[in-house]
Amino acid sequence: MSAAAESARGLGAAPDGARGSRPADTPLKPNEKLDVQALLDGLADYRPRRHGWHWREPVADQRLYEFEYKETSKGLAQSVPLPAAHYFDNIDPQPDCVVTTEIASGRPEDDIRRMRMAAWHGADHMMVIRTAGQSHMDGLLEGTPEGVGGIAVTRKQCRLTRRALDLIEDEVGRPINFHSYVSGVAGPEIAVMFAEEGVNGAHQDPQYNVLYRNINMYRSFVDAAVAKRIMAAAGIVQIDGAHNANATAVKAWKVMPELLVQHAINCSFSTSVGMPKDQIALSTVPPDAAPAPCMRMDLPYALALRDLFGEYKMRAQQNTRYMESDSRDATVSHVMNLMISRLTSADIQSTITPDEGRNVPWHYNNVAAVDTAKQSLVGMDGLREMVKLDRENPELKSRVRELKERAVLFLEAMLRDGGYFAGVEQAYFVDSGEYPETHDDGIARDSAGGVAVDTIVPRAADYMAPVCHHFGVNHLPEGFRGRDFGEAAPCDLIGGCTFCDDSKVPFTDELDPEDNVNVRLAATAEMRERGLIKPEVEWAGDGYVAVTMFLPAAERLAEAAALELGRAMNLVDVEVIHKAVMHPAEGTLVEIKGRLDVAIDPATLVIPEKPVALTDEEIREFVHERALRVVAATVGEDEHSVGMREIIDIKHGGLEKWSFGVTYLGTSVPVEKLLDAAIEHAASAVLISTIITHGDMHRENMEKLADLAAEKGVRGKLLLIAGGTQITDEQAREWGMDAGFGRRTKGVDVASFIVRTMRERGM
Amino acid sequence: MVRPDTFAEIREHLRDLSDEQLEALFWRLSQECVDPLVELARTHTSPSIERSVLMRMGIDSRTCMAVVSECEKRGLLGHGAGHAVWICMQAWSCSAASAAGRLAADEGWDLVEAKFGGAS
Repeated sequence: MSAAAESARGLGAAPDGARGSRPADTPLKPNEKLDVQALLDGLADYRPRRHGWHWREPVADQRLYEFEYKETSKGLAQSVPLPAAHYFDNIDPQPDCVVTTEIASGRPEDDIRRMRMAAWHGADHMMVIRTAGQSHMDGLLEGTPEGVGGIAVTRKQCRLTRRALDLIEDEVGRPINFHSYVSGVAGPEIAVMFAEEGVNGAHQDPQYNVLYRNINMYRSFVDAAVAKRIMAAAGIVQIDGAHNANATAVKAWKVMPELLVQHAINCSFSTSVGMPKDQIALSTVPPDAAPAPCMRMDLPYALALRDLFGEYKMRAQQNTRYMESDSRDATVSHVMNLMISRLTSADIQSTITPDEGRNVPWHYNNVAAVDTAKQSLVGMDGLREMVKLDRENPELKSRVRELKERAVLFLEAMLRDGGYFAGVEQAYFVDSGEYPETHDDGIARDSAGGVAVDTIVPRAADYMAPVCHHFGVNHLPEGFRGRDFGEAAPCDLIGGCTFCDDSKVPFTDELDPEDNVNVRLAATAEMRERGLIKPEVEWAGDGYVAVTMFLPAAERLAEAAALELGRAMNLVDVEVIHKAVMHPAEGTLVEIKGRLDVAIDPATLVIPEKPVALTDEEIREFVHERALRVVAATVGEDEHSVGMREIIDIKHGGLEKWSFGVTYLGTSVPVEKLLDAAIEHAASAVLISTIITHGDMHRENMEKLADLAAEKGVRGKLLLIAGGTQITDEQAREWGMDAGFGRRTKGVDVASFIVRTMRERGM
Repeated sequence: MVRPDTFAEIREHLRDLSDEQLEALFWRLSQECVDPLVELARTHTSPSIERSVLMRMGIDSRTCMAVVSECEKRGLLGHGAGHAVWICMQAWSCSAASAAGRLAADEGWDLVEAKFGGAS
């Protein structure tokens, strides 16, 4: 069977603008929100500008700041770097593999805002989960009905999302892959719609339909062949469904041999129907989690898989099987999963949000998961050049071999027992025994049962489909059998199919007058128009907040108390989303969520203006003219000195840079001594650093300094300035200072303040 | 069927294979498993497949649903729903979308059935 496309004009190139002269969308501005309404306007005429998947562009030995990277790719034009990046010239190295985020709010208009946030943190694979039940619908959904636990995947939803992603990828400067599911009963239709709408990746695995959705096995495989051929033509990368065995199995570590078999069946079936190997990705999960010695158990499996499937792509998924409501625990598991990716290989690194064990993921948890992947992958950059797996280690070597042999034994037995369909009927799959051990608790499906049973029919002797990229028997008239025969494309019979003539792609708008994006947007229109600010986790204006509290009470008591405390905070629909016992009697950590039905009008807010730093010349001139001096110290019983040195030292761009005369008295300096030094040196400003806040030490020191300066009659001649990680300007002023400076303050901020204030006060 | 772990007993024939031979065997067996599945797919069709053909002919989803349901009802699916639409396009000298629209409105099925010579 030839894998070659039948048509010379197949998908892959951008459509040739057949929809006429639609003006280009306005580029996004970093300081402006996505205009959802503008994206909905004219959607009927919007066409995707490219088809097919985009892999990141690796950069060998990339130099960023003072570092050299071994496993990174082309950087982004705009992004949010990791929290510590400001110590490293704000670099944001992008790992070599594609990074996925899974988004499932149920509303496309909210999904696209979250996609923009995730893209800024480094995600370039946006996977939308489908609404519950869509896989059992024999046909397409249209419009934008709200989904449950996922989104209603429709043409309008895909087109809106692709349109937004086209703008977002321009904003961040890297192509973004859009992904959903070509599974379920309507697989071939979804595949066509995805091909037409520029969807770049999709899950497709008929075994998923059979095992987890109880869709009839014959129907699943017959449909899958056609769907896969269409995906191949459109350059859509395929991800299989084997990871579901991990998530379903009673003991996930026992299904490893079977996972190898499931991957192989989907791979062999896919290549047999014409999908190129480099378009096929295996969805693989490290099956175990601590407290099991998970990395030692999972590494042999990861290696067996990569040995056998070296010609295919690896989509490294993260473990969900043992995920609880503890986001810290989930994050640690995922970092260990990422270490396996780095020690072996990953072409696509998937991420699972740390809150997936609690609820449908929230905006900021998608970002958290993407950052966890970026941080870990970049942090372990090039590690495998130094840390190599010892393939000769006896345990590793024998276990890798054993897994492969167990998989071969599985295949041999299944063939002896009548083949794949017979194997499924006999519950070969998702058994909790490690094959050949069985516990007789696998998933059994009846070939004469399941959803859409008895719906396939043999193709008749005159079966004909006048379209391109159609898999299987097709009795096309001579002259129209396609390029393989040196003949015209099949669709020349009908004057072109949608894959060859983009202008033929139809658009269906809303079918439900109540359940659609326009109605939902109208409900939040006032918020957008007036710029009102309301907390949200999933949907615009949903009002949800989370509160973390430690309660000195036993678990059940703490839970009940937390709910009551939530209500006392004016939260409604309060629920406990996580609890962790600190000690059976001493206390419990509880996290609650609840809705806060309050919207803030920005017009009512008083926001102190952010001081603008003066220029170097302006500061230097002022300081030079007056020969300004400052006296500085860490006060009280406090030995911290790093922060203060950064504010004063010339090498950190501190006050000395502008010729301030600085007298630094050191740490744990009494306030009296500091003030005496200020008087002695005729200083214009006193700088105190106060890091320790225990017992209100910082407050006491500030008040003492202010009082003493007044007593000595020098308060009017001195600027009193306090700094420290917990200091706020507002508090410092309240406690008698002229200014307070917190975390991330630079010398120029303090210098500017001194010059500006002395000017204002005529000092 | 519950079975203890018999790995040590039943792996004897694999013991002497090199890793390369074992991996080649793995792929040969998996191909053997899928060959009949591919053949089933090559020679059969389904309502979703036929709707996907009509979609590629530029027909909207609701019309696809109507035409394919009627093909099923009349036992004509095995000839191809796209084939039925193509027959009407030729007879009426119109586009696929317009032919499918008329079929969905219950026109032209006599034409199609005459051409196919009854149900397959």
